[in-house]
Amino acid sequence: MKKIYLDHAATTYVRPEVKKAILPFFDKNFGNPGSFHSIGLEARKALDSAREKTAKVLNCLPEEIVFTGSGTESCNLALKGIAFALEKKGRHIITQKTEHHAVLRPCEWLEKQGFEITYLGVDKFGIVDLKQLENSIRKDTILISIMYANNEIGTIQPIKEIAEIAKKHNVLFHTDACQAAGLEKIDVQKLGVDLMTINGSKIYALKGTGLLFVKKGTPLEPLIHGGSQEFGLRAGTENVAGIVGLATALELAQKERKKESARLVKLRDYLIKSLMKKIPKSVLLGHPQKRLPNNASIAFLNVEGEAILLHLDREGIFASTGSACTSHSLEPSHVVLGIGMPYEVAHGSIRFSLGKKTTKKDIDAVIKKLPKIIEKLRKLSPVELSKKEIGL
Amino acid sequence: MKHGFRPDVVGSEGWFYSEKVKDHFFNPRNIFKNKAEAKKYKADGVGQVGSPACGDIMRIWIKVDKKTDRIKECKFQTFGCASAIASTSMLTVMVTEKKGMKLENALKLAPKDIMNRLGGLPERKVHCSVLGDKALREAINDYFRKTKQFDRITEKETKIIDKALKITNKDIEEAVLEGAKTFEDIQKRTKIGISDKNCIPEAKKLIKYYKEKHFGKN
Repeated sequence: MKKIYLDHAATTYVRPEVKKAILPFFDKNFGNPGSFHSIGLEARKALDSAREKTAKVLNCLPEEIVFTGSGTESCNLALKGIAFALEKKGRHIITQKTEHHAVLRPCEWLEKQGFEITYLGVDKFGIVDLKQLENSIRKDTILISIMYANNEIGTIQPIKEIAEIAKKHNVLFHTDACQAAGLEKIDVQKLGVDLMTINGSKIYALKGTGLLFVKKGTPLEPLIHGGSQEFGLRAGTENVAGIVGLATALELAQKERKKESARLVKLRDYLIKSLMKKIPKSVLLGHPQKRLPNNASIAFLNVEGEAILLHLDREGIFASTGSACTSHSLEPSHVVLGIGMPYEVAHGSIRFSLGKKTTKKDIDAVIKKLPKIIEKLRKLSPVELSKKEIGL
Repeated sequence: MKHGFRPDVVGSEGWFYSEKVKDHFFNPRNIFKNKAEAKKYKADGVGQVGSPACGDIMRIWIKVDKKTDRIKECKFQTFGCASAIASTSMLTVMVTEKKGMKLENALKLAPKDIMNRLGGLPERKVHCSVLGDKALREAINDYFRKTKQFDRITEKETKIIDKALKITNKDIEEAVLEGAKTFEDIQKRTKIGISDKNCIPEAKKLIKYYKEKHFGKN
């Protein structure tokens, strides 16, 4: 049975070009970039060149890039780093309810340290209200953190507009671009962001790699203290192989972006349209157009997400759910609830996230198999709610 | 602060299930062929627990042999995750096998009995997905009501606290005995108060009461 992997928003495989690029750094070129000898120098050169490559892709200076160990770490560095650096200026941060936990949890932790966080709501598509955002800015606001694209429902936020508002009020702006980096524009000058998080494991590079773009002159307190690596902002011997892989992957993704995005949008819309047509009582989550090219999130009423997932797994199809039963919490997805959906919908949501190797044939297999699975589970379900009954 | 090993998170099997759970999930026993059959089914008693908002609902139908006081048929429908479906399926097997379970024994069926037969469940799944025993008790009480055996109805001794999930004072006592200390602990296990928020103050009082009853004041 062919394995149909449709969970690229969770993580991607390492693409062959990246694999090839990183191999020399495990044995041949294994040096510590901080060592004062030729072997160390070789590693230093690789690190510098990876940084320059990345800077070119992001349209920024090499010294504006801090390599980290994950997207989560980058978000933590951005939020806590700014909070600690600017706490004398103010202790207010603005974010939104549908952020990834990599942003929400640090915010909650900062609240315990005496910071005040405003969690903005979003509309039914998951888009933040710009007026509300602007009205939330206070004299003591030091940072706005709004994600580029949502990991669950794929909604893309108006990043440029948010950046303009932030600039107008002299507030720093961080965006978590983990899901967007592979398929959306990430020119930081054009976007106008002050800080941006990117993660390697979503763009066909290694897990355990990430970066934070930090605009020159932005005050930032490091979280990890030690050596002077990464301009003193992230101590610890650099993960040279991982960094080389991240730079390679980012460069390739942006080079292929237009073509690949267009290809995925077609497949995505074909999947969404077909499933919505074939399966009654299904609800598209997120915005119909302003969504990631590879994200199809749909809720199926009266069945539970994990049950769907397990049936799909048996058919060789691997997707994901925001439902409570697969995660470690009991509450269903805060994102699906955040866009105003009732619990009944949140429990039955499935996310398909497409990738480089996804073909029309794969999508056809989902379209063929999923309706039968839903039918089987609905037959077993004592619930027969209609869309109308839950206000949709 | 939470430190160290957390068996609820890093359980040896993660979220993966035993072969038996998978078998009952993929091939649930004692189900109706379709919804029409369910509607036509002439049960002696029906019981339901849960709400779609909290993610699990079980409905159980029973037919009782009046002479022997045994369950001769048991059907079910479940909305919920794999372990919810599998555990209800297993329950229907347990109460109908070997000529059927005596009602007095069926009333005593506990989540752990079902779990043992399933070969275990991931820890965090236990209290949220094994609700079938409560639906079964409701079905049996429904049978008692319909056959006017009012003296046998058991729900009087236990009081339902969470109306959506039919969580009783006994469930709270059991959770306290198993080590739950705060309302949050008990909510984590039972989902109490997630759907029926009105029950929270009473639940909190009961937790305090059972903690003092079993562990004394401190």
